[in-house]
Amino acid sequence: MRVGVVTFPGSLDDVDATRAVRLCGGQPVALWHASDTVSDVDAVILPGGFSYGDYLRGGAIARFSPVMTEIIRLAGLGLPVLGICNGFQVLCEAHLLPGVLTRNAQRTFICRDQTLKVCSTDTVWTNDFSRDEEIEIVVKHGEGNYTADADTIARLNDEDRVVFRYVGNPNGSADDIAGVTNRRGNVVGLMPHPEHNVDPLTSDSTDGRRFFVSVERFLSVAMTA
Amino acid sequence: MSVVADTVTHAQVTPSTSQPWAELGLKVDEYESIRAILRRRPTACELAMYSVMWSEHCSYKSSKLHLKRFSELPQTTPRGPLLAGIGENAGVVDIGHGWAVTFKIESHNHPSYVEPYQGAATGVGGIVRDILAMGARPVAVMDSLRFGPIDAPDTARVLPGVVAGVGGYGNCLGLPNLGGEVVFDRSYAGNPLVNALCVGVMRHDDIHLAHASGVGNKVILYGATTGGDGIGGASVLASETFEASGPTKRPSVQVGDPFMEKLLIECTLELFAAGLITGIQDFGAAGLSCATSELASAGSGGMHVDLDAVPLRDPTLAPEEILMSESQERMMAVVRPQDVTMFMAICAKWDVLATVVGEVIEGDRLLIDWQGERVVDVDPRTVAHEGPTYDRPIARPLWIDQVRADRAEELPRPDSGPQLADQLMRLLGSPNLCDVSWVTDQYDRFVRGDSVLAQPENAGMLRIDPDSGLGIALSTDCNARFAFLDPYRGAQLSLLEAYRNVAITGAEPVAVTDCLNFGSPEDPEVMWQFVEAIRGLVDGCRALGTPVTGGNVSFYNKTGEQAIMPTPTIGMLGVIDNVAWRIKSGFVSPGDAVYLLGRTREELSGSAWAEVIHGHLGGEPPAVDLEQHRRLASFFVAAARQRLVVSAHDLSDGGLAIALAESCLRHGLGVEIALPGDAFLNLFSETSGRVLVSVKPSNEFELIKLANEHDLKLSRLGQVSQSEQLTVEGQFSLRLPALRRNWQSPIPTALGLTPPTA
Repeated sequence: MRVGVVTFPGSLDDVDATRAVRLCGGQPVALWHASDTVSDVDAVILPGGFSYGDYLRGGAIARFSPVMTEIIRLAGLGLPVLGICNGFQVLCEAHLLPGVLTRNAQRTFICRDQTLKVCSTDTVWTNDFSRDEEIEIVVKHGEGNYTADADTIARLNDEDRVVFRYVGNPNGSADDIAGVTNRRGNVVGLMPHPEHNVDPLTSDSTDGRRFFVSVERFLSVAMTA
Repeated sequence: MSVVADTVTHAQVTPSTSQPWAELGLKVDEYESIRAILRRRPTACELAMYSVMWSEHCSYKSSKLHLKRFSELPQTTPRGPLLAGIGENAGVVDIGHGWAVTFKIESHNHPSYVEPYQGAATGVGGIVRDILAMGARPVAVMDSLRFGPIDAPDTARVLPGVVAGVGGYGNCLGLPNLGGEVVFDRSYAGNPLVNALCVGVMRHDDIHLAHASGVGNKVILYGATTGGDGIGGASVLASETFEASGPTKRPSVQVGDPFMEKLLIECTLELFAAGLITGIQDFGAAGLSCATSELASAGSGGMHVDLDAVPLRDPTLAPEEILMSESQERMMAVVRPQDVTMFMAICAKWDVLATVVGEVIEGDRLLIDWQGERVVDVDPRTVAHEGPTYDRPIARPLWIDQVRADRAEELPRPDSGPQLADQLMRLLGSPNLCDVSWVTDQYDRFVRGDSVLAQPENAGMLRIDPDSGLGIALSTDCNARFAFLDPYRGAQLSLLEAYRNVAITGAEPVAVTDCLNFGSPEDPEVMWQFVEAIRGLVDGCRALGTPVTGGNVSFYNKTGEQAIMPTPTIGMLGVIDNVAWRIKSGFVSPGDAVYLLGRTREELSGSAWAEVIHGHLGGEPPAVDLEQHRRLASFFVAAARQRLVVSAHDLSDGGLAIALAESCLRHGLGVEIALPGDAFLNLFSETSGRVLVSVKPSNEFELIKLANEHDLKLSRLGQVSQSEQLTVEGQFSLRLPALRRNWQSPIPTALGLTPPTA
């Protein structure tokens, strides 16, 4: 499994995502923001950080980078894409996922271990979980307040596209939404950081590993099919 | 400032022109000695350079004489000789396997009062660039913060701003914040302390020292453009204290751009790796004045700089302002001519602006031109390294004997179990012992994936070598109340607290950085505190075998005539051969046996109990036993290696009472203990050198044996329990949910927020 990890100027958790891919048995491939080709990867991760400083709005500039143009095209063809934190913001700005992430309701950055409820397992990145299972994943963000109009939220619920909900909402997100997916289920964005929950030395929970188990299972099935 | 430049030629023919030396913070004799050095009056640019570089902040003129004592310490750690010592941007410690670590703590106190967010943010930015300039990748930060009373109106302005600034900058750089301190005390009202520590990692071969050598080499300024921010910050903000009247000094504080700094880090590390840097200097206080004069004076040649080449944010800046600007996120490198093209290409890759602004020249002069005319012609050593040195008068305060005679041991004590329980609750819910999650939850502690321990653990710990598991531990500590009562002993007790916090994680303490925050050096009683604290640290470090590798001095911390309590913040570095052996702080399993290591004496003066229960500060601080601490450290290195203990928690502020409560609250497990002798003293005395440990019953025999081998007193107190109760047999039983509520509420309540629900 070759997993591309994009580095934008200001990406921070690219190191962590790369390590997580390796620890979970994959082969990480570094992708540079200025490159307009993405070849020979089975999946892509848009990591956390502050791409281009996020001075306009989280992800608003990264969405126009050359590498994103290609990733948007490949996502449309079914390439598994996982957007974590800033990566989730980029996916929303790129309209691969609906909604927007606004400033946390309490107006401060929050970093803590967070309980999540798994709501949809019908995605490339979450098929190893069980529905309604509770998992522990780190959150750390200043702009993670998921916001969308009522119709969009209703549609997400109807179409089983809310992937995770917070148990104890840390940021004011609508409907406790922590992560969502596209119709096809190949693009998942979430504010929590599964790449920080893969090594028992640095976090009590290793629930993040199952994101990689999920995508690997999907890929092996997709390849045999 | 003048529009037409005050050139060297002009200065020569106008010797009697009146100059604003006093406004720039220079004393009359300092101005006279500048004239004597130059054998003419300085130009406006030269005056600007000398005034910032000779400020207390940059020149250490009042402290230099005393700081020398740190260099008398053996320049070797328990792990071998230092790779770079005091005097460089930061000291470098060999940790083995070819890895080296550099670390340093620095203050940004005054700017953080004027503009809390930017002051704190640029404090982090500055210390990170210091570490970067050594050739190291910055890998973590810590912060030691001190504010006025928690309920003071100004604290509600300064505290959230400082915390958001530390977090905003560090988070955006992708550096985990491993912990630090949050302390509230009246003496910091109007003068908060923001001490930021950064640690960096490199291979031995990658150490880079700041100097400009090689005639013909190019001097390249790279990073942000130069603007009008922070002009005079170094001399005006850091050297004088605040007056109620007078113009606002807000524009003097620098504004940070962490995104630029992140690019600067990645770009600089790539430049190092490509071997393109022969000398490097970060831009700290005093901007271009500092970088050019320090680089030039440390090298073998002179330097010529053309100010017209400096990219400006504001084209109307006068040459003096360009030299004094403290615009952030800038670095200066010395590069061989044949490497300039490659250098520029790497900067372009990272979208970092880089400009050749000068070159290394024959001779030993620093020459600076502006619009084709010479505005600076100086010997850079006279600017950077040969500033004035003062042997300030020292006087032991008259009040100290009276304060020491007023002992907390004489204060009324609780005389029943319920009273003990009530006092424990009050301590746990007091501002300096309460939960600081509101602060630390604003810091990313996970990024980079190597944070093996972070707050609220005893110390931070990072994995350095993924193959062997080699890692480091870091703690910052200071007990200013002890230092107020006795600066010599108080500095040692702070040193020992940091030493213990590192040691009980299983790491071997190896080296120290310090941030010495004091009042005005012109006050002989403050100078006495300062000199005593240094004497205490030097004696302490010698006995512990841990050299001081660098740090910083911050004077003039006072509001009106009220100086802060002497606050020598200690950063201790430790090394652990395998981070998998680390020892955590909280109780883990019901049934584990609970022991206390170390002897408890009747020592209540300066304690948290005296402060919280009686509002009292007097008497003599606890005794110091340096030798016992060395045994304690070697005990824990062995215990960690054998995986002998489950948890260890340092006893410091609040004594055993607080250590027990925190150990229980970590994982929500209760404890049942019996206290031999006086329950009150056992719970609240602050005797130094004690640690609470929990151990599997099957390992109790080994624990006793190891403690005997290290000649450490060990007392069995009881065991971890399934119940949600902290029980002291025959005295009281407190429910953990009540303890937790009490512990969590002070900071959110003071800020008018609802306490956390989870």
